[in-house]
Amino acid sequence: MTTEQPETLVTQEMIDTRDKWSEPRKSWPVSASDIRRWAQGVYWPEVPPRLYWDEEYAKNTKWGGIIAPEEFNPFAFPLEGAYGQEAALAEVQGRPAPSTGTMGSGPGSNAMNGGQTIRYHAPIRPGDVISTTSALVDWNERQTRLGLTMFVTNETRWTNQNGELVCVKTQVSIRY
Amino acid sequence: MAYNVYFEDVNVGDELPGFKRRTDLMNWNRYAAINDEFIPIHMDDAAGRQGQNEQGAFGMGNLRTAYIHNMLRNWAGDEAEIREVGIQFRAINQKNDQLTTTGKIVEKYVDGNDHLVRIETNVVNQEGAGTAPGHAIICLPSRG
Repeated sequence: MTTEQPETLVTQEMIDTRDKWSEPRKSWPVSASDIRRWAQGVYWPEVPPRLYWDEEYAKNTKWGGIIAPEEFNPFAFPLEGAYGQEAALAEVQGRPAPSTGTMGSGPGSNAMNGGQTIRYHAPIRPGDVISTTSALVDWNERQTRLGLTMFVTNETRWTNQNGELVCVKTQVSIRY
Repeated sequence: MAYNVYFEDVNVGDELPGFKRRTDLMNWNRYAAINDEFIPIHMDDAAGRQGQNEQGAFGMGNLRTAYIHNMLRNWAGDEAEIREVGIQFRAINQKNDQLTTTGKIVEKYVDGNDHLVRIETNVVNQEGAGTAPGHAIICLPSRG
């Protein structure tokens, strides 16, 4: 790295938002086809387990019906706010590119998924509407081969339409 | 009745059959098309290099996480409950890597009515390097 290193990558915004849980956001209703397609994607080219697409089979398991693979993401494909959507929209509409904010260039602007721990509770089933809320809960910094590197921990909680906890995800993102 | 593994039949030290995939651009595309993960570093070599990976575009951590889940479900069967999965991304998944998940039972215990195993996991590449160490906790059916 030839760029000058800052003393810290921690921003005032991070300090201000620590432990503040976001307003819950709801998924679209999960369909059986969403689940089947997810399973096909991650098992490709094998046919995925019947539990994820065959209702007749699944109703005779302990689950009583189709469930989604545990890591299924019901929040993929929002109508608005998808990654890169604003910039692409500006381009097709002939507007100037939107500001990239803190994700510009230089130290702290690169991000990688550092890892996660997910604790699963109720499974996701066809028809479910999942709510998500998340908060920045912790961070620490140290020198790595990438230069000054910050490990940021976010926690996300999903619940279903019956108020049952679906999962708690503790995710570390690496910024450098 | 679903295929499944019973708690009484497994032992500490048992290894799970690996889930194996070669991750090329088509494979990443297929995952992007279900998880909406159309992110330049995973699609475009120039963006990958800008993100400090000399070889170009690199794979999604979430896809390796999915492979771990597939290994767990394939092994444990449909009556098991995957209770917890943890994964750390220590090395990059390069294009055309041949990835194989690994899993080994490191603990077997009963908690209330739950018959649990703790599994150490990883995603190993064609050079034998572990790219994503992690763990899983699975609740298995019991014969008892």
